[in-house]
Amino acid sequence: MPQDTALQPGSKAPDFCLASGPESKTSLADYRGKRVVLMFYPADWSPVCGDETVLYNEILPDITALNAQLLGISVDGPWCHEAYARAKNLKFPLLADFEPKGAVARQFGVYREADGISERALFVIDEQGIIRWTYVSPIDQNPGADGVLTALESLNQGASV
Amino acid sequence: MKLEAQQPKLSLPVSPQRDHIRGNPEAPLTLLEYGDYECPYCGRAFPIVRKLQQELGDRLRLVFRHFPLNTIHPNASIAAQAAECAAAQGKFWEMHDILYEHQHDLGDRDIVQYAMKIGLEIYRFEADLSSERFVARVKEDFKSGVRSGVNGTPTFFINGTRYAGPPEIGAMLEALEQAAQESV
Repeated sequence: MPQDTALQPGSKAPDFCLASGPESKTSLADYRGKRVVLMFYPADWSPVCGDETVLYNEILPDITALNAQLLGISVDGPWCHEAYARAKNLKFPLLADFEPKGAVARQFGVYREADGISERALFVIDEQGIIRWTYVSPIDQNPGADGVLTALESLNQGASV
Repeated sequence: MKLEAQQPKLSLPVSPQRDHIRGNPEAPLTLLEYGDYECPYCGRAFPIVRKLQQELGDRLRLVFRHFPLNTIHPNASIAAQAAECAAAQGKFWEMHDILYEHQHDLGDRDIVQYAMKIGLEIYRFEADLSSERFVARVKEDFKSGVRSGVNGTPTFFINGTRYAGPPEIGAMLEALEQAAQESV
């Protein structure tokens, strides 16, 4: 089961550098000192992802208030991401895990070899780049946002998640 | 059964002081909907919910909370606020119904027309809407939904537990009847 391969809390998040637009790149290291919510999703445009990205777009202010940056990531290319973000009015970066395909998803242990897409997975990474919360959702199920917010809040309280 | 046990619970309990309740306030069954006035799936669920209330009568109370997805539905938030402005004049459900009956026409002018049609005091309605005094209330509804595991609209809760089945009359009636048996 891919769930078992996902990097678990306590692991150091692998650094990466991916296209966040046709002419821009984003590294995880850019956000050192800030928390990062890394949202792997299978594909732009598929209906469930639509719900998930839209829901997360709505709670962006809450994520920001918890000193975190939301990054979406899928194997779609940067032009596809750009069109998708525009159509859905998304206000957070979508990273293209496009070439070599799924390399970052593999590093985080959430690539679905047989399908050529990533799992629907969430990672909360702390200011030092350590993974503090991991969740892999059934691929056709929008996981909602309660888990991420709870994880970020417990980091605020200094508790282990 | 197992599935139901794993479903998220409502994080903010239903309260007659804050919530909009339709039907017998003492009913043993509560069907709570997190909805968006511009969402087509909610539009399709609207007549189903009405039908459920007809079928179950005094045994069921309905509760509606706002979950506007403005990212894809630009008029959803203003429509939700309009329903709250109507509530301030004691006509939440009248506005709720007319919004769902006209969910493709939710522009500012349309909404004012609906307010007149259901007999609201129009100056007060417009003043309330433009003052944005109900923005916080709509956000509170939304947040309570996020914290209860709402991941899209419509999401229903039956007696405080998320309903995982399809928004169809047969399946929902069955789930409600089951909840009724469990609560005895």
